[in-house]
Amino acid sequence: MAISQVAIPEVAPASAPHVVLGKKTAKKKRVIGVGGWLLRVGLAVLFLFPILFMFVSSLKPDQQIFGDLSSIAAFLPIGNISMDNYAAVFDRVPAARFLVNSIGISAITVAAGILVNSLAAFALSRMRVRGKTIILTLIIATLIVPFETLALPLVWWVNQLPSFELTELGFMFTKGWIDTYQVQIIPFIANAFSIYLFHQYFESIPKELDEAARMDGAGWFRIYRQVVMPLSGPAIATVAILTFLPAWNSYLWPLMVVQTEELRPVMVGVQYFFQLNVSWGEVMAYSTLITLPVVALFIAFQRSFVNSIASSGVKG
Amino acid sequence: MTTTLERPPAASAPRPARSIRPKRDRTSKTENLAGLAMLAPAVLLLALFIFIPAILAFGLAFTNARLISPYPAIFVGLDNFVRLFADAAFFRALLNVAYFAVVVVPLQAGLALVMAILVNKKVRGTTFFRTVYFLPVVTSMVVVSLLWLFMYRQDGLINVIIERVTMGLVTGPDWLNDTSTSMPAIILMSVWQGVGFHMIIWLSGLQTIPADLYEAADLDGVTAWQRFRYITWPGLSATRSLILVTITIQALSLFTQISVMTQGGPLNSTTTVVYEAVESGFAQQETGYASAISLVFFVIVLLISVVQRFLSREKA
Repeated sequence: MAISQVAIPEVAPASAPHVVLGKKTAKKKRVIGVGGWLLRVGLAVLFLFPILFMFVSSLKPDQQIFGDLSSIAAFLPIGNISMDNYAAVFDRVPAARFLVNSIGISAITVAAGILVNSLAAFALSRMRVRGKTIILTLIIATLIVPFETLALPLVWWVNQLPSFELTELGFMFTKGWIDTYQVQIIPFIANAFSIYLFHQYFESIPKELDEAARMDGAGWFRIYRQVVMPLSGPAIATVAILTFLPAWNSYLWPLMVVQTEELRPVMVGVQYFFQLNVSWGEVMAYSTLITLPVVALFIAFQRSFVNSIASSGVKG
Repeated sequence: MTTTLERPPAASAPRPARSIRPKRDRTSKTENLAGLAMLAPAVLLLALFIFIPAILAFGLAFTNARLISPYPAIFVGLDNFVRLFADAAFFRALLNVAYFAVVVVPLQAGLALVMAILVNKKVRGTTFFRTVYFLPVVTSMVVVSLLWLFMYRQDGLINVIIERVTMGLVTGPDWLNDTSTSMPAIILMSVWQGVGFHMIIWLSGLQTIPADLYEAADLDGVTAWQRFRYITWPGLSATRSLILVTITIQALSLFTQISVMTQGGPLNSTTTVVYEAVESGFAQQETGYASAISLVFFVIVLLISVVQRFLSREKA
């Protein structure tokens, strides 16, 4: 119901109502303007200061972090500045390994997710398939289930699934997906919301295009690959971002299903710091390190990020 | 489609239409098969990792299944639920998430709306403010929790700022180790991290309100409050129910912050439903009991989204 009312919004840069000032209110408006500006700046400070503090502290030894706390120096990269904490993070903690794991897991989940979900959406939007309405309804129904409610039965379930691995002796069948890469990837490839987003987008691409392609003898897969997908850039970007963020940030799931250190992703890697003697400078360095890739992507693709988040509002 | 008015093939008098029919049948048959093939990966994965675990949650909740056990699970009836409703920690968890939700939902939704209105205005630096407000959202909850864990220390940044601002009159508490401040501390941090997300959703709602409504209102010389009350607020009714549902479900699923910062303590003052489920299902390997918790949690989520949908429908 609510879904139909909110079209996927393009968040355009401030297409705000432009206010025509009344004569007597001009002065009042200016006061409000100054107040509003102060409020904006105040909020910006509130959101920025912890992040700035994290970054600046990652460059300082612990003693100086605490020494600087009571002055503005806490937010300035001054004093005994070095990359020592970063070096220590790579030295004492397998941070490089965690980063490689997370990059790999996120990349594969995103790529496979785009392929699998767009194929399904293509079939649902373009083709005559028996039972299509039921399938679409069932897919949409899965949206109401928060992952947290399924996580525990799912741990038990993946532990029952058959698995095979390639050893020197050839293929070996084993039981259970615990402690593997696949358990961190495969359950998150198919996603009802991605299918829904692709479906919505495909519906907006004129069907005459595939009819023309069919006249020319193109098969369905060819139409998908050469007609529909090349026109779906924005939908692909949205799905990529909405798949990447939870994959990179995933914590609850790998915490339960991955025990081996070499297979851990970055977020579970923080567990490490609680077992070691904590140096806060190193914790802040690690935190900065695993945040940087996402912030860089966000700054680079800001528009797509904001549009993806806006479109994820139609879920619910 | 196949059950149209067609005489059974037994009465096979050659008809002119017959020469065309088989051909068309074949194309729709291949179309059906190709479509099913394209749907298969997504449907299979959703079945494996959402539908089956959902059914399992129901089934396992009535057994004594353990995560790793040489014995097969035995049906134990309502034992898990009997134990659950006598479990003081579980009730504490329910109370805690209720507390968290009751504070976070209005606070985060309200603040997000104020921010959305602020950044919807066309003033200098709008893009900058939008980016800054959104920055905590792209920072993972694990990193945010670590950072605030550091800032919330007795001798941490937050208390130093409190002392400075009040000229040493107020000494901040030991936020996370005091049963009366632990939950408020987590609430504050969670709102800080999540509010930018909902700002974007409000913003996309704001931009669906036609600008000429505001222009007409300005001609009539309405006040800013009237403009908000009679144009903006009613125009956001669909967005409002979405935001309420998403924040509520997010609030009830509270886990990461707890796991990183307090492990449910001190004295269960921050334990949550998902945290309890993970503790019993993963740490203590009692899958059956954890499934019972998950099931109760799912029913609560379902009830709340149904009630919220219903309430927002009445108003609209």
